[in-house]
Amino acid sequence: MEWLPTLWFIVIALLWCGYLFLEGFDLGVGMLIGLGRPTEKRKRLLLNTIGPVWDGNEVWLLTAGGATFAAFPHWYASLFSALYIPLTVVLVALIFRAVAIEYRGKAITVPTRKLWDLALGVGSLVAAFGVGALLASTTIGLPLNENGDRIGGAFAWLTWHAVLGGVAVVAFCWIHALAFLRLKTDGPVRQEAGKLVGRWLSVAVLPLLLWTLWVLLKNESAFAWAALAVALIAVVVALIAGRAGREGISFLALGIMLLAAVAAIFLAAYPVVLPSTIDSAFDLTVENASSTAYTLKLMSVVAAFGVPLVVAYQAWSYWVFRKRLREEHIPKTHRVTSIVN
Amino acid sequence: MDALEIARWQFGITTVYHFLMVPLTIGLGLTVAVLQTIWHRTGNEHWLRMTKFWGKLFLINFIMGVATGIVQEFQFGMAWSEYSRYVGDVFGAPLAMEALLAFFVESTFLGLWIFGWKKLPKLAHLATIWCASLATMLSAYFILVANSWMQHPVGTKIVDGRAVMTDAWAVFTNNTALITFPHTLFGAFAVAGGFLLGISWFHLYRRRKEGIDTVDSNGYVIVGEDLSKGKNRDKTDYQVWIKSLRIGAGIAVVAFLGVALTGHEQAKLMFEQQPMKMASAEAACHDGTGFSVLSLGDINAHGATDCNDVVAVFEVPGLLSFLANGDFTTEVKGVNTLIPEYQQKYGEYYPDDESFGQYAGQKIDYLPVMEVTYWGFRLMITFGGLSAAAAALALWITRKGTVPENKWISRLAVLGIAAPFGANATGWIFTEMGRQPFTVAPNPQMGGVDQVFMYTAASVSPTVTAGELLFSLITLTSIYAVLLVVELVLLTRYIRGGVASAMPELDATGHDDHPDSDHHDNDDVLAFAY
Repeated sequence: MEWLPTLWFIVIALLWCGYLFLEGFDLGVGMLIGLGRPTEKRKRLLLNTIGPVWDGNEVWLLTAGGATFAAFPHWYASLFSALYIPLTVVLVALIFRAVAIEYRGKAITVPTRKLWDLALGVGSLVAAFGVGALLASTTIGLPLNENGDRIGGAFAWLTWHAVLGGVAVVAFCWIHALAFLRLKTDGPVRQEAGKLVGRWLSVAVLPLLLWTLWVLLKNESAFAWAALAVALIAVVVALIAGRAGREGISFLALGIMLLAAVAAIFLAAYPVVLPSTIDSAFDLTVENASSTAYTLKLMSVVAAFGVPLVVAYQAWSYWVFRKRLREEHIPKTHRVTSIVN
Repeated sequence: MDALEIARWQFGITTVYHFLMVPLTIGLGLTVAVLQTIWHRTGNEHWLRMTKFWGKLFLINFIMGVATGIVQEFQFGMAWSEYSRYVGDVFGAPLAMEALLAFFVESTFLGLWIFGWKKLPKLAHLATIWCASLATMLSAYFILVANSWMQHPVGTKIVDGRAVMTDAWAVFTNNTALITFPHTLFGAFAVAGGFLLGISWFHLYRRRKEGIDTVDSNGYVIVGEDLSKGKNRDKTDYQVWIKSLRIGAGIAVVAFLGVALTGHEQAKLMFEQQPMKMASAEAACHDGTGFSVLSLGDINAHGATDCNDVVAVFEVPGLLSFLANGDFTTEVKGVNTLIPEYQQKYGEYYPDDESFGQYAGQKIDYLPVMEVTYWGFRLMITFGGLSAAAAALALWITRKGTVPENKWISRLAVLGIAAPFGANATGWIFTEMGRQPFTVAPNPQMGGVDQVFMYTAASVSPTVTAGELLFSLITLTSIYAVLLVVELVLLTRYIRGGVASAMPELDATGHDDHPDSDHHDNDDVLAFAY
């Protein structure tokens, strides 16, 4: 049963892949709405491309967190407590973002709607940055003592690699959202998104590839280099397909780039789940951070049943809402008026 | 305040707050699913209107539950890392299962329900709200399994200083969880019942006040309509409110019976599993059989051993024994008997170990804050009982088809919405604070496994500073306060808008005759939009 912790390491890496792939574009769409300056109609068009699915996407994050708690309690405890401040900020960002999506359309006055837009935009940006910083920290390192506790105070987590990870995820979400909008809308948004993807794609994926390279240079792994090669090929495919107007292929290739890069990062980091920058003897690994075989077996059974089911019904929900949206499809806003004076 | 105290305040505030939204989500979700099912079977329009209206309020509330729920899952690791390390092998599993098996279903199927009104076949659409609703309950089950394990650890043993799971079946069928689960669900239905009752009362009262509905000489309603407001105040609108009111009142009464019965079973378990919680719920210093209705004195006599100051002013003999053991004679141990027992079993002083921080080597205070446990227990019962009595009264008052034209009763009905929320909150505060000084309470029933327990003082993250905790406490609390106002403003606006809040087509100024709208052609693309 020595392979169980490794299996769960793979499961958690896959959960992060699912999260970044799916919530990647809805975080990006949130940034575009709240921080760009589209017209009201355009904003609503963008929002409704993710309307039915964003909440389901976010559960991938919760599941990644919960699975880490169950399968690697020490990893969960050390990582989350070390990143206390940034995770607090991420939580606030996620709260504002969620509430803004649901409530912005219910605002009556223009200023309140603008506040919600800001909450959505900044919330999406900060959440993406925070998740990136968390993943970079766990793959490159945090100052942990022998008990796995962070030393060096509240901002000891703030390193160049954390910032790089944050920037990488923000940039990826942005370009991924544009590729998604190209696929999900019709009309001017589709045109403009297409142009932006063509122009910026290779730049936007750079920080992510740089982070990948960082982890690869720290750790020897032939598999990881192979995965990085796949990621690079995927970027080229995404570019060529994008230029040729093959929007679906371009979007998928970009997604594959992400999955390959994340795979490369986790492959290179294995078997360490959270390196200590103080002393490698304090590293948390799949061995010393994991739950018992009994718990991992139980969770494996549950996951073997649950994960395919989730993928199936989420795929179905994407299928139900597969049609492209145009600005003309957006119904008029209904203004709720009191009937009781 | 030290880090531990701040962390405890934060956990308390964020959890109680989250649990304002949760019971309404659970209770209203099932209600909406049932309403839509009735509409599906009867085809009567008022059932559709009820589904849409209550569904709208459900969604406004649901999102707040989602947003504040993420905090719950993260803060174990953030603020309580030692706890997470100690219990993760057992406690993490139900949390992960909640996300994977319940929360995914909830959020995905609610998305399908909200946006799928015209896209999905009717039956499939109905199925989506059922999936979402059942998932909210499944979610509650997993969380209560986790919480019940903290109250009554089972299926576990200590290996290398950590609790590990030895028997998943025991953990997931913990008797504490199996009884807490229905208790919590009934509590949620009580919330939903009161919500339907109060809001419907308000609208029926407004219909009377505006002279739309009148009563005949025998007090029976004569339903009228005022078509100047579109269909907002037609006769179907009357059906919406009277049915909602009576359904809500019915739910509230039944839910209270359920809460009381399950609560009684819980008390019996608590008597065996956490005798100190039972004693401090009673501010019972000495062994006895009577249930205190009112005790006075310095009930929070914190030097722990001296709680002789408390005088039971009014006591029902035998009732406490009935609560605890189902008879009238069993002596329930008082605080003064229990403290020496705990000291003997688990020690008088915290271990002199750095994981206890400043509490290392200090004397252990085994007595929960009795003001909180005593009054929390009583407020829970009072809030619950009052709202059930009010609901029963409401059923009687509305037997002739409407509510009296009385402003104050209407206001009282609206205010009464808060009572079941209060019962839920005080009940949780009681049970969580009654478990102190433990995060994982020792389990006196299981001889060999008695040693799986954890002190709150040792649970907090060792190197997270008080400053960090204060930052998050202040940030989260202030944001929560603002968002509570926002939610209440929105709910009020949508409630005052009547059914048309959720069905714009009912408005006189509805969009159906817009010449510029190609709405109907596009229904198949977007039947609903943010």
